[in-house]
Amino acid sequence: MKITLRILSYLALFLSSSLYAVNDVSITGVEFPKSLSEFGFFINPSKQIPSKNVHPYELITSLFSDYSYKKRFVYVPEGEKGIYQKDQAFNFPVGSALIKTFYYPQDERNLELGLRLLETRVLLHKESGWEAVAYVWNEEQTEAFIKIAGKTINTLWINKQGSAIPVRYRVPNKNQCKECHSANDEILPIGPKARNLNKNIFYEAGVKNQLIYLLEEGVIGSYPKNFNTIVDWENEDSSIESRARAYLAINCGHCHAPSGVANSTGLYLDFNETRSIHLGINKRPVAAGRGSGNFKYSIVPGNAEESILLFRMISTEPGIMMPESGRSLMHHEAISVISQWIQSMSSK
Amino acid sequence: MRKLFVFLFIINLSQLVQADIITIEPGSEVQERLQEALILAKSGDTIQLVAGIYNFSDGLSLDIDDVVIQGAGMQNTILNFSNQKSGAQGLLVTSNGVILKDFAVEDTKGDAIKVIGANGIYMINLRAEWTRGPDSTNGAYGFYPVESRNVLIDGCVAIGASDAGIYVGQSDNIIVRNNLAQYNVAGIEIENSFYADVYDNIATHNSGGILVFDLPNLPQQGGHHVRVFGNKVVDNDTDNFAPAGNIVGEIPRGTGIIVMANSDVEIFANEISGNGTVNIAIVSFSDSNEEVLSTDYYPHPRSIQVHGNKFGSSGFDPDVEKEVAEILTELSKGDMPDIFWDGVLPFFQMIFGQPKDEKLVMRNNGDASFLAINPIKFFFSMSDPITRKQEIYQGKIKPLSPITIDMPEEL
Repeated sequence: MKITLRILSYLALFLSSSLYAVNDVSITGVEFPKSLSEFGFFINPSKQIPSKNVHPYELITSLFSDYSYKKRFVYVPEGEKGIYQKDQAFNFPVGSALIKTFYYPQDERNLELGLRLLETRVLLHKESGWEAVAYVWNEEQTEAFIKIAGKTINTLWINKQGSAIPVRYRVPNKNQCKECHSANDEILPIGPKARNLNKNIFYEAGVKNQLIYLLEEGVIGSYPKNFNTIVDWENEDSSIESRARAYLAINCGHCHAPSGVANSTGLYLDFNETRSIHLGINKRPVAAGRGSGNFKYSIVPGNAEESILLFRMISTEPGIMMPESGRSLMHHEAISVISQWIQSMSSK
Repeated sequence: MRKLFVFLFIINLSQLVQADIITIEPGSEVQERLQEALILAKSGDTIQLVAGIYNFSDGLSLDIDDVVIQGAGMQNTILNFSNQKSGAQGLLVTSNGVILKDFAVEDTKGDAIKVIGANGIYMINLRAEWTRGPDSTNGAYGFYPVESRNVLIDGCVAIGASDAGIYVGQSDNIIVRNNLAQYNVAGIEIENSFYADVYDNIATHNSGGILVFDLPNLPQQGGHHVRVFGNKVVDNDTDNFAPAGNIVGEIPRGTGIIVMANSDVEIFANEISGNGTVNIAIVSFSDSNEEVLSTDYYPHPRSIQVHGNKFGSSGFDPDVEKEVAEILTELSKGDMPDIFWDGVLPFFQMIFGQPKDEKLVMRNNGDASFLAINPIKFFFSMSDPITRKQEIYQGKIKPLSPITIDMPEEL
């Protein structure tokens, strides 16, 4: 009897571990799974409880997506790890996946009231390179299904001030994923760069630096002692310039970089850009059209009101607004930071 | 039986490699249906858009090589974006060898059709239009290939763009022919591009007809080898409605052809007439911000050849709100020329003259009149800082070679 129980418990353990393991073929296979659960990234998808070897991570400064919240996870096949690369995301091996779930709390003042999951985007490292696609959560919040053509979700949430904010939330289509994620015509992860991961996180065992944690967990390999860490753009203890540059790097710098999709503009907002003309200072627009807002320069030092860059952040009109996709609301707090930064520049 | 089996097998094989025709009709969910078709298409497939009006709320995009999007004619298959809620353009193409044919894109919030980084893009018998006519809230560009090579724009119609109807930027190996560009700020613009043939087009009722520009601080600079010939550049009489800040916002209403900072431009056998400011202008790029002029950028036009054109009326209604027209009106004392050169050169060349092979050459332009500024006299406010002598520019024409582009088998 005892032995039978033991066997049964072993069996249960075996079953659960295989049940809650990531299905590697679903990542590397040619076809995308139709539903998110087929990947096996989560023990409990609705509650976003990750499976074995699927590790949550956070970024210091992250992309604005209409005030939605995000949960991020990285999966690396057993025995392999992401390799540090200067100025780029860790190079996670073939078979890895980056998983990002977008959601709104019902009420930002009381997170206990529950969440509304919108979509889960996955970046899959196949033999042929990275591929990106989004899964949209059903009304019941029990499963997410692939939407390669994207989707519009009209929803609302209650913000910290208690106002119900309606939003026309856009799930990107497969091509739009690529627009941001491509560098030199290749799809690459953007977020998990060492400089944007280097922060302390509350883990169950206590506070720990995220890079050390990921290293200990075997998710990443070693990384240099010294590299520039990006600041949290919301941290008021940092200089206004570093906050503005952090925000622009994460929200604009993947396209507006010499290797990005928007390189034809000559406006480069990536983390390492130092040339003032390419940062937009007294730079004329090239093909902005009515995006110029009748202003002459991307950035007019000391004059945020006449700076095209700020004008396009404030606008919510397609054809004017920046970024071109992924935003339908104004990011008020960021507009304030960028505005202060431009005002702080000396106008000579 | 065995024969039949073999026969079936062969059919199967041929189906494996056969390109599909995917037919899309207008109607409900067309945004998702067409976008899904654009994503799932295989190389070689044709996406056929039957006649009708298609209403879209978001931009569309194509990222698969060698796909054909085929409509039922630019008046029959209409992609309407007047209710567009997101997306910076109507259709974005980011793949190679794509053929777009026989449809119209109307009333996009931004650009109508944008193509980024394609090797091979063929736009044929398309229409891009803002149906309310010239308006500063219209999108910037009708047809907008950028950072591409082997570009063909043929038989297209562009109407109402608040920047350029047809705009080819930072590209090379380009043919723009048989198009009609009207009621745009700029009809046709070739910018920071290499090796372009612009011919047999009609550019009319724009602010400026045809622009050949080179701008600084861009990944591709040094625009050169552009032939502009056999075009009708007539009656460009629409007030400039570009939003300020854009370089085309400085184009005076009534400019026929304008060359700025390009090298090796040959303008010949065009009919240029009815342009109220000037039929042809050749100018340098200038900016009050000195930092703009990086050392790897050459702001002056050089090796420009203008010959065998037929000129009609010019300068009868100069748009003096714009600086170029204002200066020209003042210097010409009312006797406006057909061809204007601002004469600005590197300082050394202003004193000692241009290298021989970089000089402006003009020949066989009928009774076209000419005016060039002597910038040194102009700068020191000396009297009569202009010349109207054409004889000194009568050099030998060195024809630029024609452009050939790689074409797909279907064309």
